[in-house]
Amino acid sequence: MTNNMYLPVIVLLLAAIAFALSTLLLAWFWARFFSPHKPGPSKNAIYECGLESQGDAWIQFKPGYYLYGIIFLVFDVEAIFLLPFAVAFTGFSATECIAMLVFLLLLVEGLVWAYQKKVLVWT
Amino acid sequence: MDEKLKTELSKQGIFTTSLQELYNWGRTSSIWPLNFGLACCAIEMIATTMARYDLARFGAEVFRPSPRQADLMIVAGTVTKKMAPQVVRLYNQMPEPKYVISMGACAISGGPFKQGYNVLKGIDRYIPVDIYIPGCPPRPEALIDAFMELQKKIDAQQLTGENRPRHLNADEPSEFIVPQFGEHDLEPTRNSSIWEPPLVQIAQTGSDESGSH
Repeated sequence: MTNNMYLPVIVLLLAAIAFALSTLLLAWFWARFFSPHKPGPSKNAIYECGLESQGDAWIQFKPGYYLYGIIFLVFDVEAIFLLPFAVAFTGFSATECIAMLVFLLLLVEGLVWAYQKKVLVWT
Repeated sequence: MDEKLKTELSKQGIFTTSLQELYNWGRTSSIWPLNFGLACCAIEMIATTMARYDLARFGAEVFRPSPRQADLMIVAGTVTKKMAPQVVRLYNQMPEPKYVISMGACAISGGPFKQGYNVLKGIDRYIPVDIYIPGCPPRPEALIDAFMELQKKIDAQQLTGENRPRHLNADEPSEFIVPQFGEHDLEPTRNSSIWEPPLVQIAQTGSDESGSH
């Protein structure tokens, strides 16, 4: 009987479910018999900072800053790679140098794409 | 259960309790205040929670940043008329049972700024206050004293019957009128169901409230 191995797990699982349900039921019964339900416009309000919410939360945000931030981040990380590249520049072989230049070219290509898409123009 | 029997049993090492006592004990030992300070009294409130005065001894160190999770509002400081609607709305958003400590002279009556055109002359004009602590500002000891008074008050509350507290009575309101900014003052200027202006016997005192004879 290999199934018996899992019996303690099942018992624990049932106990866990019973514990969760019994506390929820206790709270429900307590509220039903002693503590009356008192909703209201302030209590049911979406926001809870004391101020009334204004307008709709379903609005569109311009992604302008997001693209700007991504481009900044890419070149920020690139600078970290450029620093060891510059330090070890004289000891490079031709293939290593080309590999690094291809990396730079890819990033510059991205910048050119962003420039053509007018991401860098702040409107 | 009879009180005498209960003490007799506890002497024999048998602890008895009622549902009401258990309920009140639970609520007394975990009052969660709202993280809400208005003016200089709030600094004393912060000091009360810090290591020297240690409000955690009373189970009340969990200052909640949301009214949905709090059950005690410490109105700590001057309530300006600009802020009064927000205070009332925050109180309304707290779930029952909820309590209010009016901390300091300003929250009680307007304090030294009472004559100011923009100062509310006591938060009890809009929300029911359980404990008042005088002082300008009250020391942390005074706030701790107010906590202990509130705990005593909660401990004595009845679960059923005519004298049961507001949150157990379905007929009592949970939300109170949020004042609006009117042309000259807040509208309404007070919640007349919970606050009435005190009657001053001018003939006896010899002067009216403004101090002129």
